[in-house]
Amino acid sequence: MEQQVIMNQLSYPILSTVIFLPVLGALLILLNRRSWESLTRWLALGTSIATFFLSIPLFTMFDKSTHKMQFVEKFKWIPDWNIYYFLGVDGISVLFVLLSTLTAILCVLISWESIKTKTKEFYISILLTTSFMIGVFCSLDFFLFYIFWEAMLIPMFLIIGVWGGPNRVYAAIKFFLYTLVGSLLMLVGIIVLYLYGGKTFNILELMTKTYPYTMQVWLFWAFFSAFAVKVPMWPVHTWLPDAHTEAPTAGSVILAAVLIKMGAYGFLRFSLPLFPEASVAMTPIMLTLSVIAIIYGAVICLAQTDLKRLIAYSSVSHMGFVTLGIFALNTQGLEGGILQMLNHGIVTGALFLSVGIVYDRTHTRKIADYGGLATEMPIYASFFMVFTLASIGLPATNGFIGEFLILLGGFKANQWAGVLACTGIIIGAAYMLWLYQRIFFMEVNPKLHGLVDMDVRETIILIPLIFLVFWIGVYPDSFLSFMHPSVQHLIERLNTGGVQEMNIAKTVMEVVK
Amino acid sequence: MELQFYHILIPFLPLAGFIINILLGKEVTRFNAHWPAVLSVAGSWVCSLFTLRDVMAGKIIDADLYTWIVSGTFKVSVGFLIDPLTAVMLIVVTTCATLIHIYAVGYMRGDSGYYRFFAYLNLFTFCMLMLIMGNNFLLMYFGWEGVGLCSYFLIGYYFNKKSAADAGKKAFIVNRFGDFGFGIGVFIVFLTFGTLHYADVFSNVSSIAGKTVSFLGWNVDLPTLIALLLFCGAVGKSAQLPLHVWLPDAMEGPTPVSALIHAATMVTAGVFMVARCSPIFNLSEVAMNTVAIVGAATSLFAATIAVTQNDIKRIIAYSTCSHLGLMFLACGVGAYAAGIFHLYTHAFFKALLFLAAGSVIHAVHTNNIQEMGGLKKYMPITYAVFIIAALSAAGVPGFSGFFSKDEIIWSAYAAHTPVGKLVWLMGTAVAFLTPFYTFRLIFLTFHGENRGVHKAEEAHGHNPHGSSHSAHGGGHNSHGHDSSHGSHGGRHIHESPKIMTIPLMILAVGAVAAGWVGIPPILGGGAHFAEFLKPVVGHPEFHGTHAEEWAVMGLSTTIALCGIALAAFMYLRKSDLPEKISKQFSLIYKVLYHKYYIDELYNYTIVKPTYWIADKVLVAITDAKIIEGIVNGVPGAIGRFSQKLRKVQTGLAQHYGIFMAAGAFFIIALALLLR
Repeated sequence: MEQQVIMNQLSYPILSTVIFLPVLGALLILLNRRSWESLTRWLALGTSIATFFLSIPLFTMFDKSTHKMQFVEKFKWIPDWNIYYFLGVDGISVLFVLLSTLTAILCVLISWESIKTKTKEFYISILLTTSFMIGVFCSLDFFLFYIFWEAMLIPMFLIIGVWGGPNRVYAAIKFFLYTLVGSLLMLVGIIVLYLYGGKTFNILELMTKTYPYTMQVWLFWAFFSAFAVKVPMWPVHTWLPDAHTEAPTAGSVILAAVLIKMGAYGFLRFSLPLFPEASVAMTPIMLTLSVIAIIYGAVICLAQTDLKRLIAYSSVSHMGFVTLGIFALNTQGLEGGILQMLNHGIVTGALFLSVGIVYDRTHTRKIADYGGLATEMPIYASFFMVFTLASIGLPATNGFIGEFLILLGGFKANQWAGVLACTGIIIGAAYMLWLYQRIFFMEVNPKLHGLVDMDVRETIILIPLIFLVFWIGVYPDSFLSFMHPSVQHLIERLNTGGVQEMNIAKTVMEVVK
Repeated sequence: MELQFYHILIPFLPLAGFIINILLGKEVTRFNAHWPAVLSVAGSWVCSLFTLRDVMAGKIIDADLYTWIVSGTFKVSVGFLIDPLTAVMLIVVTTCATLIHIYAVGYMRGDSGYYRFFAYLNLFTFCMLMLIMGNNFLLMYFGWEGVGLCSYFLIGYYFNKKSAADAGKKAFIVNRFGDFGFGIGVFIVFLTFGTLHYADVFSNVSSIAGKTVSFLGWNVDLPTLIALLLFCGAVGKSAQLPLHVWLPDAMEGPTPVSALIHAATMVTAGVFMVARCSPIFNLSEVAMNTVAIVGAATSLFAATIAVTQNDIKRIIAYSTCSHLGLMFLACGVGAYAAGIFHLYTHAFFKALLFLAAGSVIHAVHTNNIQEMGGLKKYMPITYAVFIIAALSAAGVPGFSGFFSKDEIIWSAYAAHTPVGKLVWLMGTAVAFLTPFYTFRLIFLTFHGENRGVHKAEEAHGHNPHGSSHSAHGGGHNSHGHDSSHGSHGGRHIHESPKIMTIPLMILAVGAVAAGWVGIPPILGGGAHFAEFLKPVVGHPEFHGTHAEEWAVMGLSTTIALCGIALAAFMYLRKSDLPEKISKQFSLIYKVLYHKYYIDELYNYTIVKPTYWIADKVLVAITDAKIIEGIVNGVPGAIGRFSQKLRKVQTGLAQHYGIFMAAGAFFIIALALLLR
């Protein structure tokens, strides 16, 4: 068992540090005086920056030659129930830890001037959400995982419900109920696994066992209910537009960049390796749902009149690409899917940040209230253009690499799925360029006269994301190389644990005669 | 031969120019933005000449710079392939780009987006060079999308104008339809050959001959499938039927853009791609015939529309469509070298036509040829080069265009197949129409009396921005050179400055003499051009005698001269005749004038239904009623729930603390019970 993991070799327990440093920051803010708002902000910023820098060794010191869990910390926690405090990352999860720590900084910075009420509570919520999200990505014990998974909802719920738009309470409760109902079914699934798998919550140990096929199918759907809501897959996506639209900018960014990645991550981490036969058997359904999400999400964007709602629906479409890649169950699809999760986090996060920047000036989300903004805010327009292009998957941006690998993998797995998903690319260009035209091009809307372009703080927020867009687009190897061994391992698990006669790696273009 | 430093500089110099101007343009380079832009492109041109020398010495370079994407068995690099085909394209692209960059210094002077314009133009040059130099399909796709993006930027350059923004978006989206097929073609190439690198694919290409595969449930011939899917991309990019609709609208862009992107380089990418993939196309007769027929049909179709149009740039745009069709026609009958030869001569005379048209627009501030006339005496240089370009486009013996067009028509005839004969007939018809509409344009623009004085004065006096002159269309901060006409008032038509006329004169030399490298043996030449390309694209088998070759050439030349004569008769001698004819055949005239109503057709069958579904079905019914209804239980219940919660709003945090505690209790209780 122990040879499956590589214990943490660094001088500090890196995963615990990045999980609990934000909690410490939150405590400090709690102790701070309410009237010292500026100190609150700087504490939040300092904590998030420190967390980010302390997480960098995960990128630089990561051993890319193995699929084993790394930076592992393992302690007995509740011995009676065989519960461990067990943390570790592999090529599938490590990048999301980094994405979370980066997102935290951006969320603090973007809220700098826009959050004026209950500042203390706001930054505490942001830091706690970050902490719990990182915990989800690092947990290797189901009990620990579930605690983080559920705990994450509370600060997120508060962020939407307290600092959101006019309809925030409805949106927050909808968000909470959807995810809670899904999670409860997963909880049942976890308990069944615990009982069947030899009274252990150890995820790695549970993965070595084989479960009867019928049980796999039931458990697959139990976990599906939790993950599909989070992704969100069609048709359980309707909470997302409401939550995104009502959430404050930082909330939308956390939702888009990290939180909705949890669902896809869950499929990768749990559904595929724990229930390989069921996963293979359910592939047709999952591919169908993915393709529907891609096309449905894209077409519905054409009818949106609200800026944030449009980007929210585009997330449905983009996450459809992610699930398509994952359930293509081949190397290109899986790696493309993981990369696209990262890309979507960067690009959609950036789009929500950008919307926040202009919303702070205009206080309107209606697309019709915009027009000609490129004349008034040319630098802002250039940044937004880069993210638009990344969103529609233009080569040399990150979106292209992810989408290309996904479509290649998807086409390999199922030609119809691949071809239909490609139509999403056409519609994607249509709604994004049309959005861009309505906001930035044409005559300047009189209401927008005299808007000032981005200031230094806002530019600093977006520059790292621009950098990532091109880095991944031009030299994706820096990121793809993290995934190779882990994805290979996953595919081996699917091939050996899955239906034997289904050789997933086979070429599709089989010659008929 | 190893990859040399100057090979790498070719694409990356313009990229450097782009980066300088996009980062520093607003503050530093400003109205000197043309220096980095022009110098970088000129540098590429010099490097391209050295590269041509290498290739002519028989060297072929295929080298990778770095590995771009690796995933499982999928591996693709960033690398260059430099062979005769690339070398020819390099010369075409860098020569035209350099001259047009210089011309734009004069044309765009004083425009508020000066640096932005040159930045995009440089970025375009970079992408185009990557497209032609890449050594694999994915890098071609990179350049392919990149040039499309720059085209989008530059068509919508005057973005405050709705029509310009619309046109840019239309170009991008229509091209995505073509790229849809192209992308799937690339997938199948990879799944068939296990690689996307040209060298590996083309060396194994014979292994797929005659193979049948299952595609979406149908059994189809593999080479045909791949070739037709790739050709989808070419149809979009090169504005062939049925995806031609974006090109005429693309004329919203400034004229140098039309010359560089929508005449000389980008739109010919499709032809280049077909020639590059000739080993695949050669395996499929169906695909070859499709290419030939689509090309010939577009050529004829666009030529008939051009006859009735009045916008000077749109006429030339349809002419571009038509000439691109001829190039595909050549590829479709196996005469790839003839297609590329026409691409090469066309780049010169068509860029010249556009730039000369730009010079005219620059002077008269309108695009409508009905409002021009009599410009000959005011703009002698423009007039002269316009005539040269038109003679070349019309295929008058001795000019560049003659040799390439003649080779295409002869190749079609000599292919000796039913399809070859059909497209030969269509090509000959085009050979009549091309000179007719080109000289109609010239006679209406330069000859006769000026019909636009009054209108021009009005436009100047009241609303200088309302004129359709694109350089003023944006109506924002456009000042300097152009507006000075306005302040003078009245007619002040004069020749363009030297910085514009010198590139015109250089291009005019090309429009006359560029084709001399490909004079066929029958006229005493050595057909050097075709020989040079032979190692890459091969040479078709001709079935015909010398007598037939003379006859075909004589026929198309006679018919071309007839076209000019008819135009002269209708627009110089009997200038009331055109109106009479259009009244007599008003139905045909209307159909042609409205471009066969294709835009309207797409609007009512694709665009509007999609929006209708999005708005009236997905938003209003599926999401709001069905999904919310089923998944939510009753949405109203949530509403009521939230109403109740709102009353205890201050207690929300505690509320959910209780929720959590209950959850934790639930887990613990379960765990205890199950022990």
